[in-house]
Amino acid sequence: MEALPADLDLAFLVTSLVKIVGLTFMVILPMVAYSVYAERRFSAVIQDRVGPNRVGVPLTLFGFKKDWQLLGIGGLLQPMADGLKFILKEDFTPRSVRTFYYWLAPCLTMVPALLTCAVLPFGSELDFGFLGLNQPVKAVIADLGVGPLYTFAIASLGVYGIVLAGWASNSKYPFLGGIRSSAQMISYEISLGLSVIPVFMVFGELNLPDIASFQDRNGWLILPLWGEGLSIGRWVLWVPMLISFLIFTVAMFAETNRLPFDLAECETELVGGYHTEYSSMKFALFFLGEYAAMIIGSGLAVTLFLGGWSIPFGPVLGLGHVPGETPLWLGLLHIGCFLAKVVGFILFFILIRWSLPRFRFDQLMKFGWLFLFEAALANVLLTAALMVWFPVK
Amino acid sequence: MAFIEVKRPKLAWHEKAFLSTLFKGLRITLSHAWRTFRQIAGGKPKVTMEYPEQKWDSNLPEYYRGAPALVTDEQGRERCVSCQLCEFICPPKAIRITPGEIPNDDPWAKVEKRPREFEIDMIRCIYCGMCEEVCPEQAIYLRKDYAITGLSRAEMVHDKKRLYEIGGQRIGLVNKWNELK
Repeated sequence: MEALPADLDLAFLVTSLVKIVGLTFMVILPMVAYSVYAERRFSAVIQDRVGPNRVGVPLTLFGFKKDWQLLGIGGLLQPMADGLKFILKEDFTPRSVRTFYYWLAPCLTMVPALLTCAVLPFGSELDFGFLGLNQPVKAVIADLGVGPLYTFAIASLGVYGIVLAGWASNSKYPFLGGIRSSAQMISYEISLGLSVIPVFMVFGELNLPDIASFQDRNGWLILPLWGEGLSIGRWVLWVPMLISFLIFTVAMFAETNRLPFDLAECETELVGGYHTEYSSMKFALFFLGEYAAMIIGSGLAVTLFLGGWSIPFGPVLGLGHVPGETPLWLGLLHIGCFLAKVVGFILFFILIRWSLPRFRFDQLMKFGWLFLFEAALANVLLTAALMVWFPVK
Repeated sequence: MAFIEVKRPKLAWHEKAFLSTLFKGLRITLSHAWRTFRQIAGGKPKVTMEYPEQKWDSNLPEYYRGAPALVTDEQGRERCVSCQLCEFICPPKAIRITPGEIPNDDPWAKVEKRPREFEIDMIRCIYCGMCEEVCPEQAIYLRKDYAITGLSRAEMVHDKKRLYEIGGQRIGLVNKWNELK
């Protein structure tokens, strides 16, 4: 590619670097912090409480009468206070742990979660013509042809973090949590992988940016309301796609260890599960990794089933993506649309967490192996059979 | 006694499979969320008292057990005779009394003893009220002060002066055991 030393494409390098730093550190990490805040606030209103509403810009430190509350909601700077608290806490390492793996585990949770965002198309394209770039910049870090495979491959590394944490802690509760979690994640990864096969059969490709722009032109996968999505074939295939979406969402909940599948940490039984023995920033890394995985999972679900960055009825309204001729403001609007969808999905995650009780472990395994796995497999066959009569392209 | 047999509810298939019940649950949580959100956005949450701004002091019951304090009687005499019963009964050993003699030229010389120093460590105090119950002179009472704060451990130890400040004067014989009060 361009990375050859002879004709090193400086623009490509700089834009990639900006995208990597911008997406991971300016978007994902703040989103992680604020989804923790959203979780606390949302759970509070569900339970008829108020939630954290105090932390604002601490003007009282400089002699003002009141702290400045952003946007009038209050508590919007709570994530910063939480982060600061994690840094100031004592980083305690129990004497009985395997130090190397004990240190490795939090990193192995956090790093894969952040790596997977490389292939997510977070927007259509950004036209930086006024900066002298003759090519519009694609709003994805790595335009890979094997996007979802890469995501699943990296995301399944996340289980090592939990298993190592459970084992290296040398303590009962983390051990049980680690065992449960590894069994759970391996079981549900199969359903997760099988549930997206029908999707790729419909699209006929594995390139996530192309999948997103196809949905922009022809209607979202589970909302085919414009373009070629209004054909009979798409609406017949809508049924297996909806099944795919449901299985994918359930498996995603299990993969990210969210309630009702949070048997890896269930506070009421295992104290804290695999991260019982961790404190300070190492605990924060587990926490961040979990929420980052949730965000990336939501991003993947949005890209595959809900049209990614595409604005509903975009081509009809003239807000669709035309390769090479999308103005900058529309590109930014697409990014905003993608983030809005992801935020909506995260709120759905939170709502489910505070509505459903936890499964028992045998129920979890039974559900995964005896229902979800078979349903996903049958769905693949169903889609294949339907596609004989109703080919998409 | 009547024997009531509680039957398990018969669930339809969609209820057993968590299909309709899932949406029912989501509706309940969402309706609660929306209601509380509107209350918060309107500025008056009905369920939570936001503490430093709103206080429940006026609703404190008569029997509320706050910070223990020493009281004087109507003539300004310290009621405490430093018998040290409260010190002995105190479960977390928060009370420390240094007894002192009342000099002979004092008008209350017949009482013979009073505390030279009386300290209650409010970090230790568990507000159980046993000191009040055991006191034969009705000299120590649990008042309604509950926000006891300090920036250091030393600040959290209430000395005699502070205890009388909180306690103030208590007039008349308080009939602790009289049910009419």
